[in-house]
Amino acid sequence: MLNDITLGQYIPSNSLIHRLDPRTKIIGLLLYISGIFIVESYLAYAFLGAFGITVVRLSEVPIKMILRSLKPLWFIVLFTALIHLFVTPGTPIMTVGSFTMTWEGLDQGLLMGIRLLLLMSFATLLTYTTSPIALTDAIERLLKPLSRFGVPAHELAMMMTIALRFIPTLIDETDRIMKAQRSRGADFSSGSLLRRVRCLIPLLVPLFISAFRRADELAVAMEARCYRGGDHRTRMHTLAYTSLDRNAYIAVFVLLAIIIAIRIGKTCYGM
Amino acid sequence: MQIEVKNLCHHYVGAEDNQPPALDHVNLTIDEGEFVAIIGTNGSGKSTLAKHLNGLLLPSEGECLVDGMSTLDYEYIWDIRQKVGMVFQNPDNQLVATVVEEDVAFGPENNGVPPEEIRRRVDDALRRVGMEAFRDHAPHRLSGGQKQRIAIAGALAMDSRWLVLDEPTAMLDPQGRQEVLGIVKRLHKEEGIGIVYITHYMEEAVAADRVVVMKNGVILTEGTPHEIFTQTKMLEELGLTVPVATLLADRLRAAGLDLPQNIITDEELAVALCQLR
Amino acid sequence: MSITLNNVTHTYMTGTPFERTAIKNVSFSINEGEFVAIIGHTGSGKSTLVQHLNGLLSPTTGTVTVDGIDINTKKAESLAARRKVGMVFQYPEYQLFEETIAADIAFGPRNFGLNEDEVDERVREAMDFADLDYEQYAQRSPFQLSGGQMRRVAIAGVIALKPRYLILDEPAAGLDPIGKRIIFDKIKGLHEHGTTVILVSHNMDDVAKMADRIFVMHQGVLAANGTPKEIFAQRDLLKEAGLDVPPVTETLRCLKEHGFAVDDTVLDIDEAAKSVLQAVRGDRHAE
Repeated sequence: MLNDITLGQYIPSNSLIHRLDPRTKIIGLLLYISGIFIVESYLAYAFLGAFGITVVRLSEVPIKMILRSLKPLWFIVLFTALIHLFVTPGTPIMTVGSFTMTWEGLDQGLLMGIRLLLLMSFATLLTYTTSPIALTDAIERLLKPLSRFGVPAHELAMMMTIALRFIPTLIDETDRIMKAQRSRGADFSSGSLLRRVRCLIPLLVPLFISAFRRADELAVAMEARCYRGGDHRTRMHTLAYTSLDRNAYIAVFVLLAIIIAIRIGKTCYGM
Repeated sequence: MQIEVKNLCHHYVGAEDNQPPALDHVNLTIDEGEFVAIIGTNGSGKSTLAKHLNGLLLPSEGECLVDGMSTLDYEYIWDIRQKVGMVFQNPDNQLVATVVEEDVAFGPENNGVPPEEIRRRVDDALRRVGMEAFRDHAPHRLSGGQKQRIAIAGALAMDSRWLVLDEPTAMLDPQGRQEVLGIVKRLHKEEGIGIVYITHYMEEAVAADRVVVMKNGVILTEGTPHEIFTQTKMLEELGLTVPVATLLADRLRAAGLDLPQNIITDEELAVALCQLR
Repeated sequence: MSITLNNVTHTYMTGTPFERTAIKNVSFSINEGEFVAIIGHTGSGKSTLVQHLNGLLSPTTGTVTVDGIDINTKKAESLAARRKVGMVFQYPEYQLFEETIAADIAFGPRNFGLNEDEVDERVREAMDFADLDYEQYAQRSPFQLSGGQMRRVAIAGVIALKPRYLILDEPAAGLDPIGKRIIFDKIKGLHEHGTTVILVSHNMDDVAKMADRIFVMHQGVLAANGTPKEIFAQRDLLKEAGLDVPPVTETLRCLKEHGFAVDDTVLDIDEAAKSVLQAVRGDRHAE
């Protein structure tokens, strides 16, 4: 069942965070990220971190899953932290060759590293707790006010839905075509780069033809089901804010207020 | 209330001038609640005809009327498509959403039905095709037969009164074929939904009230399954398969047994043979 | 000379939560010159099984040998052995990609390293197989052909490799009865000229008419192996495996249930008629 809703990493559950309106989660994430970039002191980070941990606990997503999703990003975090460590001017700790580590650099490096980690864990948490359809719905509705300025909100959402629907089908198809061509002696895995690129033609041409054929058939099927764009369309699942969302917004704004207060305190009074 | 096809001709755009039309003066009336099977080889025009019944293709000549509304009249096109639901051959290329119930909701959503009513119709449609347990599954994980049942549910949720199925079982395994045919039969018998069923499989066409045989864009003949499937010679000339009971009865008759002409099912053959005892 | 599977097991995604064993301890031999059918419900493991026969998948445990040579080693003889086995996937027309029919058919032979004269000869032979006149069709695009013709060109692309063993997965799926008959006549022709054919199908009628021997796959194991007569007599086993019996068998069973002493194991329509005639006349004499 884990993989049933397909793609991405959605982990079905009925936790508080899962039950939040997807719009709340997207806006909440954006506010949290802006919070991350306002912060400069460890005290404020403590608040951000505590908030983050609470949300993860409430989401019932195992910490292990969050850590696992961060794995491929460790390198970037480390790299960013190291750069800050060496290039920030200040009191030296030690010198390696022509590079000098500074206390200020250590400070900056740590802060930057924490920033990235928090940012990524929160973004992953959104995909862990929100199904792709809910995300698509939320994006459509959040963009809707912009449609009068020519932003094709419905069309974008429809495209996302169809992409999500067909990606697994096209993956299966790729596998089948590759095997069919391998049975005819094609070799996709050896030779020079140029040779390998040329070897992709027998795979890509059938894949494109098939994708176009599917698109064509799907368009006819959609027309047969009265599809005529986003106007006058209703939805079975309407998004509705509940008291849960109100509380979530309050929590995020309180957090932001604290962070801003700390920052103002720091700049004005040198706390 | 009926679907009337009057003197319908269809030339595909871009087809060369010397090519015969895909449909050539076809006349056909389908009554409400009727189950019509259309058989014929590839290129006989049966899919083209099917696509006219809900205005996916428009007549080059003649007209197609659904409850008196012409598909040529743009004003009525959405009403027509809502009344005449379609199921296509490839189960993969007609489901839009990433979750079963969202897909079933697609039609009524397009028609601007209020949310609570969509909910009711989706639940109802899923129940009628026996797929309520799969409501939150991803379509790509279902079997071919299950996908076709979802496609049928999608039409039912639009409140369609006719279902046009264009070779819905051609890509399915025997189990999937039985599932789909079973549901179609039940919808016809118990709910009075009109069925237009295009197929190569005689076992499926036998279930219909009326069988229409097409060749080269014209209707060659039509009649009850008994009238059509006992014409062994015509079917074989057309390259269509003949039911085994009919073939066997032909051979037994040739060998001197006195069997009636109208045998198309195993049961009928058995009963006729019993009377010879 | 044969393809032999020895205790072949295949597990997908070993070591992940999605681990799934698709086939378990399958052993059998397909002898040169046979016409074998592999039948099984969707998900029975038959697709996984046939992909082992030409090395597209390698067994998790067990061995596959072609003419006595293990096809899953790194040696050159292993590759040569794999190349004796041709594979036609379901809906093979979806693998066509070249601008001309001749070029598409030539793809395989070129990959196998044949020289241009040999390639040209193979293309001509294969087009002959597909019933397409070389002069008229060689330089045409395969995408302008009819569905049945495209299917035949795609199969020709495998035939051009001159496989000793040919696997076909549902070669007639989606074709109308005429297109289907043409394809099956071609396959029978290949078999008569010495190619070993391995047909994967759900259509019991086709299988009953063509195969010498049938393998039944069910839940990843080889559930039965025998002649069509032997297999289709085991109605319960087939039911359990989610399979039907051929329509003739179904009809004869129905007559038997009505008390006629017919032989319900015959698969040919003329033999079936004879058996019914005997049963009916026998009844009359008895009275």
